[in-house]
Amino acid sequence: MPGPQLVMYEEEFKEITAVLDKLTREANAKIVYLVDKNGQLIASSGETERIDATSLASLTAGNIAATSGLAKLIGEKEFSILFHEGEKENIHISLVGQRVILVVVFDHRSSLGLVRLRVKKSSDELNNIFDKLIKKVETEPEAESPFAEITDDDIDNLFSE
Amino acid sequence: MSFINYSSREINCKIVYYGPGLGGKTTNLQYIYDKTNPQAKGKMISLATETERTLFFDFLPLSLGEIKGFKTRFHLYTVPGQVFYDASRKLILKGVDGVVFVADSQMERMDANMDSMDNLKQNLVEHGYDVDKIPLVMQYNKRDLPNSASMEELRRVLNPKGFPDFEGVAPKGVGVFETLKTVVKLVLIELKRGAGVR
Repeated sequence: MPGPQLVMYEEEFKEITAVLDKLTREANAKIVYLVDKNGQLIASSGETERIDATSLASLTAGNIAATSGLAKLIGEKEFSILFHEGEKENIHISLVGQRVILVVVFDHRSSLGLVRLRVKKSSDELNNIFDKLIKKVETEPEAESPFAEITDDDIDNLFSE
Repeated sequence: MSFINYSSREINCKIVYYGPGLGGKTTNLQYIYDKTNPQAKGKMISLATETERTLFFDFLPLSLGEIKGFKTRFHLYTVPGQVFYDASRKLILKGVDGVVFVADSQMERMDANMDSMDNLKQNLVEHGYDVDKIPLVMQYNKRDLPNSASMEELRRVLNPKGFPDFEGVAPKGVGVFETLKTVVKLVLIELKRGAGVR
C-alpha cells in the first residue's frame, strides 16, 4: 500500500501546537490549522470554536488536490500557496514540505505580507518536527501500535448499539 | 492512509464510495447521515451542481466509538460518477483506506458499471494500491427496479474475485448500513494486519 500511515505522538503534537500558537500570535491571525493532504485535521490554534474544523480540513485538502491537478496540467509541479480574499476574512493556504497543509484565517488586523512572512518561518519549524516524527515512526517498535491486538469482538462492538 | 493520533487518541480512516453516475453513492451517504444520531456525525458537505449532480465530492465524517481506548473516526467520501470527471475522481481516491463500489443493477447500466470498475482499478493502480488487497465492498443498488439484472449476472460481471457484496435499495436504506459496517470492518482488519507486520 502506498506511503506509510501518518502517526502523531504526544511530544510532537505539543511541539506542533506550540508552533501554531506562535504563528497565530505573530501573524495576528484568527485561526491556524494544520491539515494532512488527505483531509484530516492534525492540529489547530486560535478561535477554533466558531468553525467546523472537520469540514474545513476536507475542503482544504480537496482545494489543494484540485489546484495541484491544475498545476500539473500547465506543466508546474505544484502551486505551493493559495490565497482566498473575502470581504472581511481571508484564507492563506500553503503546502509544508509536500506533506501537510497550513491554513491561516485572518482579517483586517493582519495583512497578506505579514502572514506570508510568518508562515514561511513556521513552515521550516514544522518541517523539522515532521522529519523527526517520520524517523520516529520508522524506528518505533511494532508493539507500540494499539491495533496489533484488536479482536473481532472489538470491531463488532463498534456496531453493537 | 489512516491517521493515528496518539496525542488525542484518535484513529482516522478514509472510505470512498465509487461507481457509475446516478448509481446512488450520494444517496448512500445521505441515508447514513439521516439515520445517524447527531453526536456521531459531523456536517455533510455536498459539492454538487445546480441539478444535484456531484461535482467534486460529498463528505461525511462519522465517529463510531472506541477501540482499545482510541476514538475511531471514518471520513466517507463519494466521487463524481460522470465519466468526464475522472481527474476529480482520481484526486479523491488518494489516501483511501477502503472502497465501496455502488453498482447500478439496471440492465442498461451494465456497461457503465463495467467502465466505472475498470476506471476504479486503473486509478487505484496509479496511486500505487494493490487492487486485490484493498478493502472493497460491492453494493448492487436499485434492486427494487423491474429492469434490474440478476444477482448472478452482476456478480459474474463485476465481482469475479468475490469481494463481500450486498443488495441495496439506497433511498429506503436497504443494504446501506450492512455495506458500511462491512467496509469499516475490513479497514480495521487491514489496519491490524498492517500493525502486525510493520
